[in-house]
Amino acid sequence: MAWRTKPLSPYPGIGAAVLVAAFILGTLVAVGWQADGSKGFAASDWVALRFTLKQATLSALISVFLAIPVARALARRRFWGRRVLIALLGAPFILPVIVAIFGLLQVFGRSGWISDILGVFGLPPIRIYGLHGVVLAHVFFNLPLATRLILQGWQEIPAERFRLAAQLGLSGRVMFRQIEWPMLQRVAPGVLAVIFAICLTSFAVALTLGGGPWATTVELAIYQAFTYDFDLGRAALLSAIQLGLTVTAAVIALKLSNQAGFGAGMDKPVQRWDSVSPIRDFFWIFLATGFLLLPLSSVVFSGLVGLFELPSLVFCAAGVSIMVAGASTCILLVLALPMAAAIGAGTKGLVEIAGILGLAASPLVLGTGLFILVRPYVNPSDLALLVTALVNAIMALPFALRILAPAARDVIVSHGRLAQSLNMSGRVFFVRIMLARMRPQIGFAAGLAAALSMGDLGVISLFADAQTATLPLQIYRLMGAYKMDAAAGAALLLLCLSMGAFWLLDRGGRRHAEV
Amino acid sequence: MKHLILAAGIMSATSAVAADAPVLTVYTYDSFVSDWGPGPQVKAAFEAVCACELNLVGVEDGAALLSRVRLEGKNTDADIVLGLDTNLTAAANETGLFAPHSVTADYALPIEWTDTTFVPFDWGYFSFIANAGADVPANFAELAASDTSIVIQDPRTSTPGLGLLLWVKAAYGDEAPAIWADLSDNIVTVTKGWSEAYGLFLEGEADMVLSYTTSPAYHLIAEDDASKVAVSFDEGHYAQIEVAAKLASTDQSELADQFLAFMVSDAFQNIIPTTNWMYPAVTPANGLPDGFETLITPKSTLLLDAAMAGEMRDKALTEWLGALSR
Repeated sequence: MAWRTKPLSPYPGIGAAVLVAAFILGTLVAVGWQADGSKGFAASDWVALRFTLKQATLSALISVFLAIPVARALARRRFWGRRVLIALLGAPFILPVIVAIFGLLQVFGRSGWISDILGVFGLPPIRIYGLHGVVLAHVFFNLPLATRLILQGWQEIPAERFRLAAQLGLSGRVMFRQIEWPMLQRVAPGVLAVIFAICLTSFAVALTLGGGPWATTVELAIYQAFTYDFDLGRAALLSAIQLGLTVTAAVIALKLSNQAGFGAGMDKPVQRWDSVSPIRDFFWIFLATGFLLLPLSSVVFSGLVGLFELPSLVFCAAGVSIMVAGASTCILLVLALPMAAAIGAGTKGLVEIAGILGLAASPLVLGTGLFILVRPYVNPSDLALLVTALVNAIMALPFALRILAPAARDVIVSHGRLAQSLNMSGRVFFVRIMLARMRPQIGFAAGLAAALSMGDLGVISLFADAQTATLPLQIYRLMGAYKMDAAAGAALLLLCLSMGAFWLLDRGGRRHAEV
Repeated sequence: MKHLILAAGIMSATSAVAADAPVLTVYTYDSFVSDWGPGPQVKAAFEAVCACELNLVGVEDGAALLSRVRLEGKNTDADIVLGLDTNLTAAANETGLFAPHSVTADYALPIEWTDTTFVPFDWGYFSFIANAGADVPANFAELAASDTSIVIQDPRTSTPGLGLLLWVKAAYGDEAPAIWADLSDNIVTVTKGWSEAYGLFLEGEADMVLSYTTSPAYHLIAEDDASKVAVSFDEGHYAQIEVAAKLASTDQSELADQFLAFMVSDAFQNIIPTTNWMYPAVTPANGLPDGFETLITPKSTLLLDAAMAGEMRDKALTEWLGALSR
């Protein structure tokens, strides 16, 4: 048997990455190919591009800067209800956009809770619409993700490091510089790139909270090119620009990120001896909880009325959504696990970039491209649910990789040499060692994928016929039929389902692990 | 894997088609096919008389609908496209994908109908909706001068948004950019679609929202709530006429003609008022539902003809963007 330098082969992962990249670029080419004559890049597109970059950069920076103290506080403190809180803090991320907007406005809007309180003191209502509103909404969506990813970074620091630091009597600041800062250097650039990419493709949130057409993003320009102008060439061009920006961000993040891991530990629960003053930690926890949970509770309140009068059709749609989420999660894991293993085994650049493309791909271009590609062979509406599951999986892939890849790297570093000295085959190492060691991360990634898929309107609106509707689509349909109360009820149902799926999978993965 | 098999099972179940009956495929906007829209009733009513299967396919909104048909071109599966409006018919005609019709009816439209390709099925007036008893402006100029706040839809992404753009253009012509500039401080925000805007209004984010004069009928009839009123503007109101047409490439030409004729009959028109919440194109024999008599009737109708609307669209949009992009 030939000498292997790694305990497992990166090729399945590279294969998956090539597939994903081919899928995303293929749909883009399909759209561009269909174009006949295009007015190309318009002057207004420059304005859209500038605004998109500005809001995405601000949103990513603020989300990550706020997430660091929150994650640090959650990593240092153990208190009653911590697990539930961590799970709940993830909720905004998986809310359907429209539901989140209404939740936010019920707190921060002109007749929202804060304005009501100000009114009691004779103060004017706050004005949420503008760049600050866009950034606020994006931070609301992405702070939970950033917090969870950074918190995971903290949890991956072996307990022995903190024990040693305590024995050496390192002060909080020195400990931060020696242990926590290197971890942040490893984790934060990737998180920044992911959030930047998410915000690049924002459309309805940016427009609604931006307060006017000056808040036009590239994604809106793509939509306009499709529906208003029917200029497919321009849609493909703008989508390519979006992909280019994301790849650039990803490359910068990879360059900045410090790849050195922490090495192996004995998997003991982390104990901290440096927790001097809990006040600052609880301040951050309190602030994040308030910011994230107030809008959520407004979603719950406004949904309660409608929840008991939901038409049975909504429950059918919920069933369809659960199935799509299940399928999407399976597809995601099949793609993400080999890719994470390949990244862990050292094949970083291309696999990571293929992984992040999913975020930058305009869902509209992805869906339309797919539509063009499959139409000669099958009726697209027959594939509506499968296509929705597939596209949702591709969209969740970047998050899954952020969660899985660092863990895969650590497994290879800590167990790879032993496996090789035992002459263990790559497949056995992958199944017996890697999957077993990565259960918490797999659970987290699967939970996130299921919840995201459940809440995402995705491409179903491009493919659906009258009979197949997912829950998010039914929510839009209820709203379109003036039934706002029922829509709010359905949104609450969706929130419960998403959170339930997330909780179940995340919890399943952590059954033996300390959170 | 089990999920995939399950999913595949459901998908094939929903696409099961009776082997013997011919299928008429109608592309329409999503809210038409929704369980709360006209779709299910229209399907049942037409299938009762046609010995065929009516396959309704929902595509987001009117503009997206036209894009879908253009994307599919001559190979489209659609036999009928239902749900474009007169602001889109010029662009639709240019594609050359649609076939002329031979439908005649006693239309109750605000204008004379002469189009030989498109058949109207319902119509309405755009209007701002406010809470009853609120202090409301009487026209755009008054609105711009007042501190009344409004939510509107983006003309690039929404049919009502485009309607408002052409409304102001039809009423003010070259003065339109100045009106928009004056309106900019009244506009709370601009949304992607009708649902978001209407939802924001109901949440109290603005004093008025752009919708239809028929919107209060929903609240009155379905919710027994008389608290929402349409605001009458003395410039006149812009009309939206929704139309359908047969595709030239259809392989069900006779069935498609039968559907278009059915569309202007009472069986179809009776369904429209309380599902699509618009005026029927032909008033049914038993009249309009109770409650519709309470709706405002605009002093005059503004409507750019299809060719004019197609021509004006881009110019008006550029002016709108210029006036509102601070």
